[in-house]
Amino acid sequence: MFSERQKIIIVTILVTIFTVYSISLYLSLPVKGKTVAPAVSKGKTLWQQYNCNACHQVYGLGGYLGPDLTNVFSLKGPAYIKAFLKNGTATMPNFHLKEQEINSLLAYLQNMDATGKADPRTFLISNDGTIKQ
Amino acid sequence: MMELLNSKQVTTPKLFIIAGLLLLVTGMLWGLTGGLQYLVPGFLKQYLSFEKVRPLHVSSVVFWIIFAAMGGALTYLQQHTGRKIYSPLLIRIQFGVFIFSIMVILISYCAGVFGGREYWEFHPLLALPIALAWVLFLVNFIRSIGSFKKQPVYVWMWLTGIVFFLFTFLESYLWIFPYFRNNVVNDMTVQWKSYGSMVGSWNMLIYGSSIYLMDKISNSKTGSHSKIAFILYFTGLFNLMFNWGHHIYTLPTHAYIKHISYAVSMTELFILGRIIFKWGATLATAKKQFHKLSYRFLAAADAWIFLTLLLAIAMSIPAVNVYTHGTHITVAHTMGATIGINSFLLLAIAFDILNDTCQPFEPYKKIFNRGYWLANVSLLIFWISLVSAGIIKAKWQMSEQRIPFSSMMLQLRPYFILFFVSGLLLLMGFILVIYPLVKNQLACYFKKKTKENKQILFYPSAVPGTE
Repeated sequence: MFSERQKIIIVTILVTIFTVYSISLYLSLPVKGKTVAPAVSKGKTLWQQYNCNACHQVYGLGGYLGPDLTNVFSLKGPAYIKAFLKNGTATMPNFHLKEQEINSLLAYLQNMDATGKADPRTFLISNDGTIKQ
Repeated sequence: MMELLNSKQVTTPKLFIIAGLLLLVTGMLWGLTGGLQYLVPGFLKQYLSFEKVRPLHVSSVVFWIIFAAMGGALTYLQQHTGRKIYSPLLIRIQFGVFIFSIMVILISYCAGVFGGREYWEFHPLLALPIALAWVLFLVNFIRSIGSFKKQPVYVWMWLTGIVFFLFTFLESYLWIFPYFRNNVVNDMTVQWKSYGSMVGSWNMLIYGSSIYLMDKISNSKTGSHSKIAFILYFTGLFNLMFNWGHHIYTLPTHAYIKHISYAVSMTELFILGRIIFKWGATLATAKKQFHKLSYRFLAAADAWIFLTLLLAIAMSIPAVNVYTHGTHITVAHTMGATIGINSFLLLAIAFDILNDTCQPFEPYKKIFNRGYWLANVSLLIFWISLVSAGIIKAKWQMSEQRIPFSSMMLQLRPYFILFFVSGLLLLMGFILVIYPLVKNQLACYFKKKTKENKQILFYPSAVPGTE
């Protein structure tokens, strides 16, 4: 049996480490000091507004109905993406986006593309079970 | 005596569970609609396209889990203390605010208003009433429990669940500040920190109530005060706080997040080992207690805990995760956890709490048995279809041949058909199980007393007249 004191000490230690961990993460986010263009910011708002994540993934996180779009900008190019955004597909609705909205989404996808590679084939697997990008 | 011990009132915590059960059925119907959209491209595209159906499904089932978890904890809290809750009015306000918020959230999806986050999302303004209602829950809990000295493990788990849900829920809205939102990597890191831990929070609430129920069934309180119970609780808390990084192994974020998560996740091997070690005893208990309907769900959840934990531990190894990430294996894991573990445990709790004897349960036993087995078998098929689809997608992701996404989706079609059919059967199984339970509650509500307490199949509530 744990004594009351032991239980409180264990929980206090865990909560303290968690608090320090959380605050230090907030203060030193992985990507620092990069200002984003207004079009990128607008693109992200539109991405959320149309709930693109329901069908598409970013770094493998999101829906499964459409493809992962993390690196679609460098893989397919803006013209290809624009065609989809303008017309939709058999599954994807035509959202009747304005030209400016399409450009903002393209800017967002371009910005996302520059953050890294999501293709699992590009990862190096180490013997200890970790992976390197 | 039994008459005294059984509360026939439809109290607010019971309403939480009944509303939760209705949300479960609604959520599964939305899930089936989404499943059809996989099979029939363009189905309902004009009116209810997939970006609307998915949040309708996700929010309905998440709210089922949250509602039933709240109802369970509030009921058992009163049974544990032997006193009425501190403020029944606060519970009613909490219930009203939640119901109103959920209605608005579900309507907002139909109107095309989203929060746009992966996976549980709604407009940030609608998060405010939910957070406020949760604060009421916290206040009521703390005031009702009184002293925290010498409390069993489930009280620690309930408090942990309530506090951490509030924290992670608020944390999940940090994205509204440009500092957190502006870079996709920063945004996703904080988002999955919050969501990863949030799941652990509601698990704490559910597991706490399940331990209380197991104590009740075994008529012993030694288990919930034991050293092993607290070791498992500390392991769970440790994982809740630090293992969230396994969601973002492939994200170019801090390496230390991934290393910590990998190491912490491996402590779950201790839980897995204990399940295997206790397997014989679990089976012996199952044979003895299987006639008790609540216990049946606990037994089913035990099997799913084993299966889901096995998959979770494998997926927590980055070298394995790189294959499974972004595939339907992740979905299989989520479904195993939310249906096989969370929902089955919550159904065990629901069957224990909604135990009024306004109507005898005996005539429904056959229906229950059919529903129970149908739900279990179809869930296994559902899970296998997702794992199979995931394996094919994993091979596609790793293939050097650049096969188009649409061609890969065509290959998955037979598994999607199996997934849809088993999902339909799963819904039917759940309806067969839930139907007599809800019908009995409605009979109590409208005071349609048929025959006087013919048979008592469940465990009586300990405190008469509790809220």
